[in-house]
Amino acid sequence: MEFLMSTAIGVLTAAGIYMVLRLRTFPVIIGTSLLSYAVNVFLFASGRLALNAAPVLRDGIEVYTDPIPQALVLTAIVISFGMTAVVVIMALGSYLSAGEDLVDVPARDAEIPTAPHALRGEAVE
Amino acid sequence: MSLFLIVALPFLGALLPGLMIRAGRQVCFVTTFTVTALAFIGLMTHLPGVWRGEVPTARLDWLPGLGMNLDLFLDPLGLMFAGLILGIGLLIIAYARWYLSRDDNMGEFYSYLLLFQGAMVGIVLSDNVLILLVFWELTSLSSFLLIGFWKHLPEGRQGARMALTVTGMGGLAMIGGMLILGQIVGSYDLTVILQNRELIQASPLYLPALLLILTGCFTKSAQFPFHFWLPHAMSAPTPVSAYLHSATMVKAGLFLMARLWPVLSGTEVWVTLVCSVGLLTMVIGAFIAFFKDDLKALLAFSTVSHLGLICFLLGTGTTFGAMAAVFHILNHASFKAALFMVAGIVDHGVHTRDMKKLGGLRHLMPLTFLIATLAGLSMAGIPLFNGFVSKEMMLEEALHTTLFNSPLLVTVVATLGALFSAAYSFRFISHTFLGAERHDYPAHPHDPEPGLWLPPALLMIPVVGLGIAPFLAEPFVRLVTGAVVGGVAEMPEEHLALWHGLTPALAMSAIAVVGGLIWLALFGPLARVWHAMPRPEAKDIFDSLIKALANGAARFSHRLHDGSFTRYAAIFVVTVVGLGAHAWFTGDAVAPTRAMLPITPVGVALWAMLIAAAGFLVLYHRNRLAVLILMGIIGLIVSMSFNYFSAPDLALTQISVEVVTIILLLLALNFLPNRTPAESTAGRRTRDAVIAIGGGVAVAALTWTILMGDFPMTSMSEYHLANSYKGGGGDNVVNVILVDFRGFDTFGEIIVLGIAALVIYALTEALLNGEVRAKLLNRDFEEARAGDAHPLMMVVLTRVMMPVVLMVGVYIFLRGHNEPGGGFVAGLIVAIAVVMQYMASGFAWADSRQRYPYHGIIGAGVLVAGLTGIGSWFAGEPFLTSAFGYFRIPPMNEFELATAAAFDLGVFLAVVGAVMLSLESFSRLGRRAGTETNEHAMDIDPSRPSVKQEG
Repeated sequence: MEFLMSTAIGVLTAAGIYMVLRLRTFPVIIGTSLLSYAVNVFLFASGRLALNAAPVLRDGIEVYTDPIPQALVLTAIVISFGMTAVVVIMALGSYLSAGEDLVDVPARDAEIPTAPHALRGEAVE
Repeated sequence: MSLFLIVALPFLGALLPGLMIRAGRQVCFVTTFTVTALAFIGLMTHLPGVWRGEVPTARLDWLPGLGMNLDLFLDPLGLMFAGLILGIGLLIIAYARWYLSRDDNMGEFYSYLLLFQGAMVGIVLSDNVLILLVFWELTSLSSFLLIGFWKHLPEGRQGARMALTVTGMGGLAMIGGMLILGQIVGSYDLTVILQNRELIQASPLYLPALLLILTGCFTKSAQFPFHFWLPHAMSAPTPVSAYLHSATMVKAGLFLMARLWPVLSGTEVWVTLVCSVGLLTMVIGAFIAFFKDDLKALLAFSTVSHLGLICFLLGTGTTFGAMAAVFHILNHASFKAALFMVAGIVDHGVHTRDMKKLGGLRHLMPLTFLIATLAGLSMAGIPLFNGFVSKEMMLEEALHTTLFNSPLLVTVVATLGALFSAAYSFRFISHTFLGAERHDYPAHPHDPEPGLWLPPALLMIPVVGLGIAPFLAEPFVRLVTGAVVGGVAEMPEEHLALWHGLTPALAMSAIAVVGGLIWLALFGPLARVWHAMPRPEAKDIFDSLIKALANGAARFSHRLHDGSFTRYAAIFVVTVVGLGAHAWFTGDAVAPTRAMLPITPVGVALWAMLIAAAGFLVLYHRNRLAVLILMGIIGLIVSMSFNYFSAPDLALTQISVEVVTIILLLLALNFLPNRTPAESTAGRRTRDAVIAIGGGVAVAALTWTILMGDFPMTSMSEYHLANSYKGGGGDNVVNVILVDFRGFDTFGEIIVLGIAALVIYALTEALLNGEVRAKLLNRDFEEARAGDAHPLMMVVLTRVMMPVVLMVGVYIFLRGHNEPGGGFVAGLIVAIAVVMQYMASGFAWADSRQRYPYHGIIGAGVLVAGLTGIGSWFAGEPFLTSAFGYFRIPPMNEFELATAAAFDLGVFLAVVGAVMLSLESFSRLGRRAGTETNEHAMDIDPSRPSVKQEG
């Protein structure tokens, strides 16, 4: 079972990285979501796998699952929703205002080798 | 009054002027004046005690582990400075009331002034060097705001920036020096440091500490070669110049040198360095001041020169020098503040400060002339004015100081400084007020209203009073000198007096005055030579230096950050995998210690589906809708795996988050292109695939190793399992961890979630109010839209299901403490119930039935959670300590009530609010994009007269 779990996490990571390396915002967001899955499952698995172990305290039961990774991951899942939402609105805003959804700064915009604007404007007055 | 209150008053008061200005300028002024007056009176209540030799203290532990405590003490030195800061502050506040024009924002000005005042008082009362440094930096920041107050003037902005750069860099050096000092002594308490003279001076770290601290003092007090920022700070409004450059900001450096005098002074490095820098600054400043035509520029360089004089006196390391320095600090503050105010009055009355356009004002502005003459003669060092007495003491001290083995050198340089000083003082008076009346003044000169002349006139009392009867100040000056010397040396025998007999110092003084008159008579030819002479312009050097630095930094960061996110991501992954691989292959591999769980058919099925979904996703990622469907599948498999591996809470959370995430992405996809174009070359795709597979293999290997090994140390889960019921009153350990053991983390997390939702809301607002709005309104949809936007079946179904889903939410919430469930899951379920209404019945219909704004729900959630936490304070327990008990109300069974449930309610509300606010913001974008507003949930209703068709 551990083998299946490790390879599944690996596959999710690989797919996530590949998507993050795409050039448009949407696949990059999908990539980060895939990576979130991978990270959440990884964190959860760090408590070691347990089949049919009790998650809730009951009289007479000795073996329980590890609760700490579960608590960590529970909030992580909710927070990753918030993160995805923020990234999506940023992507949307940039697409709507710029008309394109590239993640890299186009080469023509990147040619600003001089000092920032404040110093260019004022210091020579 | 408590010392805390004296320091806190200006800071607290800084909040008021900005508000009071709405009630008018007079109210604003009275408020500010009262704040400072209260602090001043509070200070004066300590005067009798300090006079008797008591040292009031106030202590508050802040970070005792770091030695950083809010400790204040009030010794005579602190009292003198605090008195100057607050006393002259009062005059400045009054003067500014009549100086600022109606265009200036007086509330803003007074707020900055009070901030600055508080920071200065904090410096002089600190008994902990770390706190002192905090206040020190605060003065740099607040003076930046004051100097750049006239934001519309480029000179103002540049001057403020230069002052901040120079004093800020000095502040950095100062931090280093103070930390070293604290390290040597082993304490950051100023009083402790001051008692360890031998220890400090014997330490090998004494020299670096001294140099760093002196750098800080010299930059702050505008000593050569850091003097250049001060004249440029003159573009500030005149009250600021009068305040900063007479009594406060620039004196902070001198204050610190006086404060640390007992432990730093007396060594050869100290004497050589401080004396020569002081003397050099004194002569250079005075020399340049003489040629400045602008009244304020002249005063600025004169300030530089006088600061040099005091610096020299502190540098000699004798107690007599210290006494002279203390006295001159007092005198300089009085006459220099008055002179700055006079410059402001002239500027106000004649509309120019250029001495080439002035002259002959004595009959037109008699009162101003009188004040200027008294203060100017004091600055020149003429007998019967206070400047004379302390200057005599300086010359006396110069006679006894030997630098570079030459006894004559100091005497000559000091006399020269006094000569130039007399010359520019005479020029200030004569070129402004004497001479023939002119007819080409830019405005009609007249004496100002009392509000402007009264503050400088009041300063003439000490100028003349202490000039005629210096012995009046002697007890106080001796008291302060005692505090400066700090018992490491004997108090000087000499007394403050007008007449010491025919001494060499008197002769030097006479030479200076006569020489100054001759120098002034030669002004014309001298000025021509001066202006023809090439001289280095400090500002140009500074500017080009800063420009070179900024360009270098820009080029460097540009090369590093070329704007390609893809490149950063690739470099990041490769680096992390590389480091991991290095560790893997060089370290000792851990042998598996756990037995593998048997592979089950369910496990294989889930695994195979996940691999297939991920594979299809990558293969068909250009079709964005397909990607979303595949994401949904992956999310579902992940939830099922959580459930399979004994984590029902996670499964519940994951599946509900999955629903809202997909809805969110669908809403976004509405605006984005439906397909991703094929852009990458085959080579690039191969490269990305190699990187991705490398990362995947690395993560898989890491997971495998972790899963097959045991915990390297005992897990704290045991503790949580054992105490969940006993201490938290719950059987569901995961939920008890969230709301109790790690409640503070959860509190932070719901706040983060709320902030994320608010960010989304704000960005949407910004988009809808900007140019995007027009684009959205004119937008064409790529594909045909559904004919029936709100299908009848769905409307009916969702409405029937709404109460059921809400009930499920309540159930999940209530059982959360003992069974899988809780605030997070319940919040998501309720959010889904509401979202369904939006989807089925339309935005407008659902929105008009939604009574509480989602921001408010987020806020209520955070508030409920926070108040629950605070509630435990009343029981005398730390924040968020939970309590629970079992109750029984017949005829019901016994049930449990826990404060954790109230906290969970806060979590619940915050999650509902955050999820709904995010989704609502997205659909608001959609509404703007031409969707017709529906008033009714169902578009087809035969009973309605007009039927609207959409699509």
